[in-house]
Amino acid sequence: MQFQAQIQIHLRPSVLDPAGVAVQSSLHQLGHTQVQQVRIGKHIQLQLEAPDAETAQKRVGELCDQLLANPVIETYAIRVEPVGS
Amino acid sequence: MSSVKFGIVVFPGSNCDRDVAWVTRGLLGCPTRLIWYAERDLSGLDVVVLPGGFSYGDYLRCGAIARFAPVMGSLQEHVARGGYVLGICNGFQILTEAGLLPGALVRNANLHFICDRVGLRIERQDLLWTGAYPAGATITLPIAHGEGRYTCDPDTLKQLQDQGQIVFRYDPVSPNGSLDQIAGLCSPSGRVLGLMPHPERAADPDLPGQDGIPLWQSILQGLAA
Repeated sequence: MQFQAQIQIHLRPSVLDPAGVAVQSSLHQLGHTQVQQVRIGKHIQLQLEAPDAETAQKRVGELCDQLLANPVIETYAIRVEPVGS
Repeated sequence: MSSVKFGIVVFPGSNCDRDVAWVTRGLLGCPTRLIWYAERDLSGLDVVVLPGGFSYGDYLRCGAIARFAPVMGSLQEHVARGGYVLGICNGFQILTEAGLLPGALVRNANLHFICDRVGLRIERQDLLWTGAYPAGATITLPIAHGEGRYTCDPDTLKQLQDQGQIVFRYDPVSPNGSLDQIAGLCSPSGRVLGLMPHPERAADPDLPGQDGIPLWQSILQGLAA
């Protein structure tokens, strides 16, 4: 079966996200002073072949640990859905 | 003519490889081999240098893809059998991604790519890399990076401090927001060194700034001893 995975990668909360801080300050300059805690991450979308959704989820987790995310500085969240059908 | 043998790994996107060769081969007269990232033969080399640049276009994260290049398996073996490794700038990033040095290098706190000369304090003088510097020396080296802010978790930082692994600190100020002013650090054995500043760009007597020369001379002295 084909599955599509959506992967969200963010810097760990303990790591300063200077891009997020810059965007937050720009939003404030535009008057959106209610905006707090902007964090900017990465979105990776990929397709893979797997026997079932659970296996697909597990494999994508392995891909994240090995290459897609750096666990020293980043966290990730995965959403897996079947393609087509 | 020194007999210290240098290898310089060339990744797709490396751009300081020839600068390093200019120093090791050109100024020091050492046998120097440029090693394409797909090669696996590091035999006979004393010091392997991972140079600065933008390996694999810095896609995903700096150093993340280079870490899996074929040559990196051989580099792990080179380290395991007691060889020396020097990672400069992008090379430092690759060493952290490969787990040969702890922590990670992330975007500069001010988001700017910084191309400048910075003050550094040499924290250890008993390493192969620093023996030719006077104890506690403050030097000036060029930097050029967008992602040079060193970070790690508190336990790792304590370990780095306790084991004396911090070799270079920005002094008096960190240009990029690095944790504990860290500009360069080594493995517990001292055989693997990573630093963001460029000692190869401050070595040629025809250029202004020669504070990088003692680092290269340290290696020659250390390995000759």
